[in-house]
Amino acid sequence: MSLLPSVQWLAATPGSITLRESWYAYPLVESAHVLTLCVFVGLAVMWDLRLLGITLTSVPCSEFKRRLGPWIKGGFVVMMTTGVLLFYATPVRSYQSLWFRMKAATIVLAGLNAFVFHRGIDRTIEQWGRDPVPPRAARLAGARSLVLWTVVVVSGRMIAYNWFDCDKQPHSRIVNTLAGCSVPDEGAP
Amino acid sequence: MNLLSFCQWVSETPVGQAMSQSPWAFAVIESVHLLALAVIGGAVLMLDLRLLGLGLRDQPIDRVAREAHPWLVSSLLVMLVTGVLLFSSEPIKCYQSTAFWVKMSSLLLAMIFAFTVRTKVALAGEGRVKPVWLKVVAVVSLTLWFGVGAGGRWIGFSA
Repeated sequence: MSLLPSVQWLAATPGSITLRESWYAYPLVESAHVLTLCVFVGLAVMWDLRLLGITLTSVPCSEFKRRLGPWIKGGFVVMMTTGVLLFYATPVRSYQSLWFRMKAATIVLAGLNAFVFHRGIDRTIEQWGRDPVPPRAARLAGARSLVLWTVVVVSGRMIAYNWFDCDKQPHSRIVNTLAGCSVPDEGAP
Repeated sequence: MNLLSFCQWVSETPVGQAMSQSPWAFAVIESVHLLALAVIGGAVLMLDLRLLGLGLRDQPIDRVAREAHPWLVSSLLVMLVTGVLLFSSEPIKCYQSTAFWVKMSSLLLAMIFAFTVRTKVALAGEGRVKPVWLKVVAVVSLTLWFGVGAGGRWIGFSA
């Protein structure tokens, strides 16, 4: 099932057109998206490093979570809101972007990692939170988070490049499949 | 040698040539620049939030400052190295961009402020500096770094 008709419909809505063609709104939303990186990813990185036992080892994990968790969550909300607006402005290109798909899938994995942490080792944080180096399960969650958000940031940045865009054929079949490009079969290598 | 001819010279150096001719070098270096932005943001925020009485407010200010410092310095170094490379790929465009000059001025002020007043105030210890001055320092720091980030993003829009 392809969502292409849905994103094409979205692209034709007045709000999407207005945002896409705006002189200031689109760059402002994009700037907010990039700069909130400092709040969300920046503090999330510090949290991951604490879980790995690399920084702020004298600060109990539960205190770190209580004091900086709201900032990380707030940053995430702004990230998602501005991200959805950016998608809303350019739905077809985003939908058919290999990088956007990679980014979206990695965000799902990062969410899954946070969920596993929350449902698992985080339940006993009061017991191990004062240890300079947290238990293995917590360190693994931190390490996975660092890797996943790095992939999200890099693939997000790459959306701007048109190397794999559907209108820039020829691509290999695998690129066209992953990006969801519809190309007549006879021309494909 | 004026600035424009300096930019001209940079664009003709082997590094400038390689950066502007490679189809992927700019994208890769820019990604590293962006990742370092996240880290520098985290390091700056941790201390500035603390100075504002937010974030890690159960911890002494100087401890937060000491923990954040190595991350600030190392990410700043990555920022500067990748930033110079990005600049070398299009120095003339940067020279003509208002956003670039806003960014460079803010960067210079932000670095001077971070390593003089801000470090001094943060390491002074509780009670030595009036709370209102701690807040002023944090607001100045956040404003300057915001100028660096926003100016940086805007270089790309002023093509």
